[in-house]
Amino acid sequence: MRPLLLFSALLALTVAGFGWSLTSGSIDIGWRELVAALFDPEAGLPARVILELRWPRAAAAFVTGALLALAGALMQVLLRNPLADPYVLGISGGAATGALLTLLFGFGGLWLHGAAFSGALLSMLIVFGLAHGRGSWTINRLLLTGVVIAAGWGAVIGFLLAISPEQNLRGMLFWLMGDLAYAGTPLTGLIVLLGGLLIALAMGRSLNILAHGELAAATLGVPVATLRRLIYVLASLLTAAAVTMAGSIGFVGLVVPHMLRLQGVRDHRLLLPAAALLGGSLLLIADTLARTLLAPRQLPVGILTALVGVPVFLVLLYRSRELHGREG
Amino acid sequence: MARLETSGLDVHIGTTRVCRQLDLHFNAGERWAILGRNGAGKTTLLHTLAGLRRPDNGTVRLDGATLDTLSRQRVARRIGVLLQDHLDAFPANVMETVLIGRHPYLGALQWEGPDDYAMARAALHAVGLDGMEDRNVATLSGGERRRLGIATLLTQDPAVLLLDEPTNHLDVHQQIRILDLLQARAQAEHKTLLLVMHDLNLALRYCDRFLLLFGAGETAQGSADVVLTRPILERLYGHPMYALQGPQGPVWLPG
Repeated sequence: MRPLLLFSALLALTVAGFGWSLTSGSIDIGWRELVAALFDPEAGLPARVILELRWPRAAAAFVTGALLALAGALMQVLLRNPLADPYVLGISGGAATGALLTLLFGFGGLWLHGAAFSGALLSMLIVFGLAHGRGSWTINRLLLTGVVIAAGWGAVIGFLLAISPEQNLRGMLFWLMGDLAYAGTPLTGLIVLLGGLLIALAMGRSLNILAHGELAAATLGVPVATLRRLIYVLASLLTAAAVTMAGSIGFVGLVVPHMLRLQGVRDHRLLLPAAALLGGSLLLIADTLARTLLAPRQLPVGILTALVGVPVFLVLLYRSRELHGREG
Repeated sequence: MARLETSGLDVHIGTTRVCRQLDLHFNAGERWAILGRNGAGKTTLLHTLAGLRRPDNGTVRLDGATLDTLSRQRVARRIGVLLQDHLDAFPANVMETVLIGRHPYLGALQWEGPDDYAMARAALHAVGLDGMEDRNVATLSGGERRRLGIATLLTQDPAVLLLDEPTNHLDVHQQIRILDLLQARAQAEHKTLLLVMHDLNLALRYCDRFLLLFGAGETAQGSADVVLTRPILERLYGHPMYALQGPQGPVWLPG
């Protein structure tokens, strides 16, 4: 697909996603009122609903989706495997555990982000450290490690919530499945997203080379060890920023890069910004669905992403088995 | 000063010795063949010379500078490697794959320009893959994939070309075509060629210097009349060998 067409389509999707999200909800607000509200913040109740309730949540959904898609795409190059995803591999679980621990001990702010980042990085080092190697066992080993680590974090989260005396902590569902209902204004997330995207773009061509294997990348002048460490840190940061905002939302990082690759977007200099836009708008649309489908009941958006993500994951897993059958 | 040289080089694979106190000098325009049994360490030695692996002892110098003092990018502008296998984890087409050879010459934010595309197209033409720019790499045959790897190396255009079994997967015609091409490049542009070869006769036809790895750290090097004698070859391969007189010199056959 031509880059210009691709990014026009993605921008249109983003604008449409925001428009739909801001006009949907318990109070009917039309497009005309939306435009009026955007240009005149004093324009009464609809404007207040949009600016104080819907806009922060829509923005948080977009930023979370973009963070997760970017993290997923980065992890996939590092492993040269389209099955990598921060949720499936337990990275989100590590971030959630770190964040929950600081909340239980009564810390917040920077401590929260730092702990989420440390949890994510720890999971990343465990999973990628154990999966690093050659041969067909790598995929199995990677997935097994990730699933077990994710289950382990799930148990820790369950334990922490069970012994926690606090009734006002965000619940089990938030940390295990993800929910945007508690997200505040996504300022930290946005800063991490923009910074991460810039760094990712600067290493875009190196990532293209890394997709051909670490040895081949080294022969072409890529400082592989440095790049690998940078991706560990960056993917952990992106995941941690998403998790502190919205809990462990799954499968965005898996589905979004896959959709783009199916459309022939393979150059990471295009794939990474495109993944951020597509991930953002898809999670925004998913969250709008989640809060309107069974209104007035609001579903956690993680349920929807899992319902879409699990079949996609299974198809990818089946295909990778086929591939290995042929190669082996 | 040789273009690429080693002094006192020790290389091990696990507890197996590949070479001991090895001094090598590879000069501009020389074409070397590395010969030896399976597992003698030919690939490991090649990777050490390319700086992909640290020597256990001794140094590798490129243009007089120790290899690990140079950035990977600087090394990649001077030394190119054709690896034994190609890994295609994600779908890619032929043009994208051959263009990665330009990576060492581009800045972080720079995109490939018309000159880079021209070099890539010329390299595809040289290996006979022209017209296949848009083909998915996964649909190529083994021999076509191999030629694509060689085209990528030509696009990288290094002064030292290290090729690990370049004729792998190639039919007889393509073997000769590719080796003719490499030999012509080496002569016209004074490139240094190092070929890991299993076909002794092709090595003899295209190379002027030979490095023999006997295993257990023992090596021999020199021109054909010095090191490619019957007793040495029989010891190298652990198999009886005899020579027939061919139109361009001796042809070696296993007994």
